[in-house]
Amino acid sequence: MIDSKIIEVNNLIKDYSMGKQFFRALNGVNLSVNTGDFCGLVGPSGSGKTTLLNIIGALDNPTGGDAIVMDKSVNSLNHKEAAKLRNESIGFIFQTYNLLPVYTVFENVEFPLLLLKKNKTEREESVMRALEWVGLTDKANSKPNQLSGGESQRVAVARAMVKIPRIVLADEPTANLDAANSHNILKTMQRLNLELKTTFIFATHDEKVIGYLRRKVMLNDGKVIDDINLS
Amino acid sequence: MIRFLIKGMLRDHHRSLFPIIVVAFGVLLTTIVYSFIDGDMNDLIDSNARFDTGHLKITTRAYDNLASQMPNDLALTGLEKLMQSLNNEYPGYDWTARIKFVGLLDMPDENGETKAQNPVFGLAVDLFSKRSNEKERLNLGKSIVRGKVPEKPGEILISDELAKKMDTDIGHSVTLLSTNSSGAMAVQNFIVCGTVRFGITVMDRGAMITDLSDMQYALDMPNGAGEILGFNKSKFYLPADAEKIRINFNSKFINSDDQFSPIMLTLGDQNGLSEYLQYAYLIGFLIVGIFLLAMSIVLLNTGLMSGIRRYGEVGVRLALGEAKDRIYKSILYESIFIGITGSVIGTALGLAITWYLQEYGIDISETLRNSSIMMPNLIRAKISFTSFYIGFIPGLLATTIGTTFSGIQIFKRQTASLFKELEV
Ligand SMILES: Nc1ncnc2c1ncn2[C@@H]1O[C@H](COP(=O)(O)OP(=O)(O)OP(=O)(O)O)[C@@H](O)[C@H]1O
Ligand SMILES: [Mg+2]
Repeated sequence: MIDSKIIEVNNLIKDYSMGKQFFRALNGVNLSVNTGDFCGLVGPSGSGKTTLLNIIGALDNPTGGDAIVMDKSVNSLNHKEAAKLRNESIGFIFQTYNLLPVYTVFENVEFPLLLLKKNKTEREESVMRALEWVGLTDKANSKPNQLSGGESQRVAVARAMVKIPRIVLADEPTANLDAANSHNILKTMQRLNLELKTTFIFATHDEKVIGYLRRKVMLNDGKVIDDINLS
Repeated sequence: MIRFLIKGMLRDHHRSLFPIIVVAFGVLLTTIVYSFIDGDMNDLIDSNARFDTGHLKITTRAYDNLASQMPNDLALTGLEKLMQSLNNEYPGYDWTARIKFVGLLDMPDENGETKAQNPVFGLAVDLFSKRSNEKERLNLGKSIVRGKVPEKPGEILISDELAKKMDTDIGHSVTLLSTNSSGAMAVQNFIVCGTVRFGITVMDRGAMITDLSDMQYALDMPNGAGEILGFNKSKFYLPADAEKIRINFNSKFINSDDQFSPIMLTLGDQNGLSEYLQYAYLIGFLIVGIFLLAMSIVLLNTGLMSGIRRYGEVGVRLALGEAKDRIYKSILYESIFIGITGSVIGTALGLAITWYLQEYGIDISETLRNSSIMMPNLIRAKISFTSFYIGFIPGLLATTIGTTFSGIQIFKRQTASLFKELEV
């Protein structure tokens, strides 16, 4: 499976309408990502990183061109199919952790499995395994407001990884973390990438993140200006 | 999944406890207010029926036209025959004749000179015949303040207030000055054997209760009476049943132009009682409507507030791949749960409080002994049912209406901007 294409982006165009005018955030992006990649979209603010992640994550539709994610054209998906794709195959990690405050760490991580209708024993095993990956088994019963920022983001990583998705999309996952926590998170993700062959795509301009990448896709003004293999 | 959502809801007091309290409180108020209106209505109908209108009333057309003047010269004649046919044809009702009259009550001193004189409103009812239920119907036994219920002809009861005003006491002789059935002056002596208080202002201001035959004699109305009242033997006023009998009875006299031919009226036809009924229902619906509206607004607000608070949660759930309609549905179910729980709690509390207040009310009438407000147990059960219905539906409606509107924003949500929204 290694080196098989998991994401294929062809001449992708995204226009945001601003009243009568429109703003072209992506201007003909071509990109293909292989299974098991650990790659980053790197570029200045406004270069279109988040926009591209949005489209790959089936959260938004392109204006032109297409993105094929796991052999499915995101253009052709309706709301439900897009939700299903996200549910089954994509994990999201946000800059702010976005844990559900009324639920415990365990329950937050459990949530994606409930959406997948996994049974109880399966859920328990998977959740504890995911918490082990991020080193938080002892916090399983804590509430999000009892966690530090680094711990919260590790829970978010566990939540993204618990269903062992094919793809993880992470938008500035370290922006709110200090150096030590950033490295901790990145090492965890790197390890999971190697162990589980999960494909990681980051949007970032954090040098610490860039240091871990095996591939750096440089974006500027909605275009890929460089694609560097770092491994 | 459902357990997961319920868990979240129960832990988040803003989502569960607060709206449940709002619903329960609204339902509680609705239930109590409605029960009071309903109870009040029943009391009023009940006392009207017992003292004035019956469930059905028969009088002459002429008498009916001038009913407020109690024109005994226009009263029914041939009473015995009429009563007999009523008893035969409509055995579901208890038929009884009464005479209403007005006059002056004169209290003489030892020399036969007037010591005190007062206008009086009189009700002559069948006190002595075996079949008569009038004593119980008018609740005479419990309404006695001093003295006792008449035991033989010539004895009367007068209202306690009147007795005090006229400085009369038990055993005193009084003279009634009135107009007889041929328009001439009627004078009749009576013995005051007791004083009464009914808890009904009209009666308590200045009424006298006499036996029917005494008044037939005094007013020169042998075999006559101002009106015949019919009471459903179930003790409940059944409007449809009463109406059926009214139509049946009146059809027999439809072609007569005799002003003295009998005419039957239902309770609803008299004293504007049907308007009162409608009015009471209107008030009831108005109050329920206001609560419904207020509750909806409060809950809509709560819904919107929790919508804002849960913006992140909905975003995460969307990003994690939960479909919009599922999220919307789960929020609707949540509100239905809250509506039901709140309504059940509110109704239960409302009924408990209503019941307590009713018991309390009965306790008062027990201590006063003279209150005419005697609600039969069966009527109370009826109120409970209405109260249940009345509070529950608006409670459930208000929550779901509130959520239906506040939840719509889930559908307006663009997944495209989730990343950005979840970044802040
Ligand atoms: N909903 C929108 N409406 C209009 N313009 C938008 C919208 N979303 C993004 N843009 C514009 O598109 C461009 C690309 O935005 P995007 O968020 O992809 O940038 P980015 O590379 O993620 O930047 P950053 O590093 O600051 O997060 C920006 O110039 C932005 O102003
Ligand atoms: Mg961005």
